[in-house]
Amino acid sequence: MHFSNWQEFLAMGGYAPFVWSAFALTLIILGIVLVTPVLRRRQLLRQLQRLERLREQENTQ
Amino acid sequence: MTPVRRRRLFMVMSLVLASGTAVALTTYALRQNINLFFAPTQVIAGEAPFDRVIRVGGLVVPGSISRDQETLQVSFDIADNSGVIRVSYSGILPDLFREGQGIVARGTLGPDHHIQAQEVLARHDEEYMPPEVAEALKRTSMTHDSY
Amino acid sequence: MSQTAASTRRRKRFKLPLWMYKLASPAYFDRLVGRIIPWLLIPGLVLLGIGLVWGLAFAPADYQQGDSFRIIYVHVPTAALSMGIYMAMAITAGIGLIWRIRLAALVSRNCAPIGAACTFLALATGALWGKPMWGTWWVWDARLTSELILLFLYLGYMALHEAFEDPEIGSRAAAILALVGVINIPIIHYSVEWWHTLHQGATIFKLDKPSIAPSMLWPLLVMLLAFALLSAANVLMRTRNNVLERRLQPDDDE
Repeated sequence: MHFSNWQEFLAMGGYAPFVWSAFALTLIILGIVLVTPVLRRRQLLRQLQRLERLREQENTQ
Repeated sequence: MTPVRRRRLFMVMSLVLASGTAVALTTYALRQNINLFFAPTQVIAGEAPFDRVIRVGGLVVPGSISRDQETLQVSFDIADNSGVIRVSYSGILPDLFREGQGIVARGTLGPDHHIQAQEVLARHDEEYMPPEVAEALKRTSMTHDSY
Repeated sequence: MSQTAASTRRRKRFKLPLWMYKLASPAYFDRLVGRIIPWLLIPGLVLLGIGLVWGLAFAPADYQQGDSFRIIYVHVPTAALSMGIYMAMAITAGIGLIWRIRLAALVSRNCAPIGAACTFLALATGALWGKPMWGTWWVWDARLTSELILLFLYLGYMALHEAFEDPEIGSRAAAILALVGVINIPIIHYSVEWWHTLHQGATIFKLDKPSIAPSMLWPLLVMLLAFALLSAANVLMRTRNNVLERRLQPDDDE
């Protein structure tokens, strides 16, 4: 461990604004890029389910 | 105009705009970096123009830094292999600014090869190491110093 | 089914390996990719966690730059991938363009948003690093300018896809732009050698041995691998969605 306590860790040797905003920005954008296709897939699967239910109804009628 | 044509026009315009910006940015970058960059030796040789902003790069000469006690005014020497010139600057220096550090000063050239800088940027090399390692390296390799 | 009949006909003509045709079948692709994704995503997330803690808390500070040097752990992986993903995008675009392989074109298209995000992050984290160290957020030097052009190439590639009524033509036009733009990649890499830049030379991507202490290099490699795995997983996730989208299109069912 490079830092001896939490305050020191958060201070980042005086570069806290730069270091933390660089890491935060990276994680936020990485998160968005990763989550978008997951949400889209859920939406698509729901649509596909609805479509299949419709088809089944058509077939039974 | 049909939607198809409008789309095509949009495409052509964005292509032209994109390539135009790319070329403009590149030439702008090259102009600043090649034509107007000088080493101290070149400045002394009289290669740098007096009438416009230039960039001068070199290492800060140890022991040459003099700071004004009240203002942010600072002046120091920068050197390359064979030339030394004086730089004056008023403002906050980058954290990496120190003796022996490579810096780039942007400003105008005055008489006696004196640069009045509007901006001082610090350069660093691609080496990264912990302070202890740097200390140890310094102790063992005093003979072939790379700085 | 008409799909299998069509693929049998094609197989007779070209004699490509069977797995390639299997890959073109949406159901098979979905199953295969569904099995691969966890193997990329989970190690990617685990390595990201390890790399973050290692780089932020355990790696030593730099002898010159102190703790601001830790920005390297997000700057270098995003910068490296901004170029790596571009190459993957251009190669798959080329395959899609020349051999008319739809899947390759899809993969190529899905590389773009991820590559653009990496390029943006490389520029942004570079600015956040440059301000305290160099003394400026931005400088019009060859490295920074060519990386900015890379961002415009990604954005142009994505815009071209949308600019046409016929998606096929859009995809072809974008592929040509991607291939032309490859010239920018060596320019970015060698810019620090070819021009006098404020940006320093390469630390790890060079023939020489890396000029970084091992205790700092290891977390960097972990982060690099994490970003690469997550990007690969992401491209596959997006492509799987595209395959699903096609199943939802009514004109495709016949």
